[in-house]
Amino acid sequence: MSIFVDENTKVVYQGLTGSQGSYYGLLNRDYGTQVVAGTHPTKAGTDVDGVPIYANVSEAVQATGATASCIFIPAPGVRGAVLEAAEGGVEFIVAITEGVPAHDEVYVYNALKRDFPDVLLLGPNCPGIISPGKCNIGITAGHIAKAGGPVGIVSRSGTLTYQALYELKQADVGVTTCVGIGGDPVPGTSFIDCLRAFEDDPETLAVMMIGEIGGTAEEEAAEFIKNHMTKPVAGYVAGVTAPPGKKMGHAGAIVSGGRGTAAAKIEALTDAGVVVGQNPTEAGELMADIVAGL
Amino acid sequence: MDLFEHQGKEFFAGYGLPVSAGEAAFTVADAVAAAQRLGTPVMVKAQVHTGGRGKAGGVKHAADLDAVRQHADRILGLDIKGHIVRRVWIEEASDIAEEYYASFTLDRSAKLHLGMLSAQGGVEIETVAETNPEAVAKIWIDPLDGLTEAVCRDWVAAANLPPAALEGAVEILLKLYDAYTRGDADLVEINPLILTPEGSVHVLDAKVTLDGNSEFRHPDYRQYDATQTRDEREEAAHARGLQYVGLDGSVGVIANGAGLAMSTVDVVNQVGGSPANFLDIGGGANADVMAGALEVINNDPAVKAIFINIFGGITRGEEIAGGILEAMQRVEIDSPIVIRLDGTNATEGRAMLEPHLTDDLLMQPTMLDAARRVVELAG
Repeated sequence: MSIFVDENTKVVYQGLTGSQGSYYGLLNRDYGTQVVAGTHPTKAGTDVDGVPIYANVSEAVQATGATASCIFIPAPGVRGAVLEAAEGGVEFIVAITEGVPAHDEVYVYNALKRDFPDVLLLGPNCPGIISPGKCNIGITAGHIAKAGGPVGIVSRSGTLTYQALYELKQADVGVTTCVGIGGDPVPGTSFIDCLRAFEDDPETLAVMMIGEIGGTAEEEAAEFIKNHMTKPVAGYVAGVTAPPGKKMGHAGAIVSGGRGTAAAKIEALTDAGVVVGQNPTEAGELMADIVAGL
Repeated sequence: MDLFEHQGKEFFAGYGLPVSAGEAAFTVADAVAAAQRLGTPVMVKAQVHTGGRGKAGGVKHAADLDAVRQHADRILGLDIKGHIVRRVWIEEASDIAEEYYASFTLDRSAKLHLGMLSAQGGVEIETVAETNPEAVAKIWIDPLDGLTEAVCRDWVAAANLPPAALEGAVEILLKLYDAYTRGDADLVEINPLILTPEGSVHVLDAKVTLDGNSEFRHPDYRQYDATQTRDEREEAAHARGLQYVGLDGSVGVIANGAGLAMSTVDVVNQVGGSPANFLDIGGGANADVMAGALEVINNDPAVKAIFINIFGGITRGEEIAGGILEAMQRVEIDSPIVIRLDGTNATEGRAMLEPHLTDDLLMQPTMLDAARRVVELAG
């Protein structure tokens, strides 16, 4: 099994006609993802390499039975695109786009919570999600992941997610699902959403969690792990030596007012029973050790 | 994007908030001329992107033009927590009966807007929150509902502001929330918000951080780009569109992806080295971006060795190796380079680099090995 997406997931790409959208959308299709539709307000009736384009998500869902959407449109349109997807009837929305204003993110988060409580948004500013061998939505290189489990991965960082997939593949450890939640201030999907889903997934037997400085998401995840997780968790937190007050690339990665430090996060995770690696490679080795002992 | 106080006040004024008349000045003569136009007494206030200006002697009351001259002379060039004062704000002085605190920011944990209001303003709010948490009245606002007048009235009452300040405070807080949301701010803070002896509520300070991602809605925010605090290296990187943060060490760091770049900085520290910077070149690694990154790092005199840490995902190892080799032909590098290349087609990429390896261009298979080697080379 896997969480959120699998071989039955049918995906509509909002922005499939753009350069990024068509590049990654078709790569996703090559991987085996059911890429059933694209949308564009004025290009309905055309196609991108055989994938039909509809005017909006609602029409795409009616025509193709799409259950998920993937957003590749520029930042100014993301707020509207997410709401269009939810209104259109998909259950799962992946927003890859970076540079979305924080006020748009917090608005969309609360709008979905109130009007579409069953819809899950992943991102914005995330690499996407892959259930290896079944479905890959977003910009992850599919071949660096080994299919089959027993590890589930959840990560706030793109390249460190790939690194984790790769390390596990080198150690011949498979992955059920790898979720990149993104590094923005208000991600649609949190660590806890993923940890809960992994805890409920019978084929996921252990979880790897990759965090970074800024905010308190890792501390909240630690609290959840302590109280609700029975499966072992290995982790890594980037930014141990980042100076306070400096933004390290992601909008979210900043230490301010003594909050959000890596030290506090590592302490909280360790206290919750998570084995935390000093670097991504060590975290991968710790995860492989856990899997070997299962 | 951090605004200077005077920029913050202009921003506030655009949303109808009551701020004092004033002028920014870059020289003592300009400061005096500004005070002459405004009429004394005035306040002479250092404009820096940091707090604690008052304690550092960066905020002074001037009764006459001589005092303006003396204060401006002392404040211009002053070092406040590592920020050198290049401009002062000359503002009409206000009479103060009471000082309050007000702010709006995003509560990432609650995923709601957070408003904070206190009758104990004029001092660091962190101190108040620690020593006397009930003195800070907090409200959480759902962006779908916004801040209503009724909620705002209850909030002002909960913060124990006196009845004399109620109407003025409610009006200001509603406008401040409007500025915060419509202006796409990460933070708006007034400390102090004052009550004058005449009974009017007035904005005496402005701390504003705007969301750079919102520039498509606010093209005028580009003006603030030029007044951000950046060192020379950061300015050069910014001009090339690179995600760069200057640090104090001797190991130049180039990595793809913010997480990997942060992780690289950590690993260099862990093996006893000291990074000169954080630099994220983004997902791919084409020759242009790599050349720009090498230029910026090479121009940093503190750099003694360079660590290029690339993980190939969609971008294949051969493309990355090609980019590195081409970039190195374009930029003359003064320091030895250690490369760690892993991920998609790493074997092919490494094979391309192999014939070019020298004492000054090394390759290591893992992040940790590469970090150890580069730290050795940096001495």
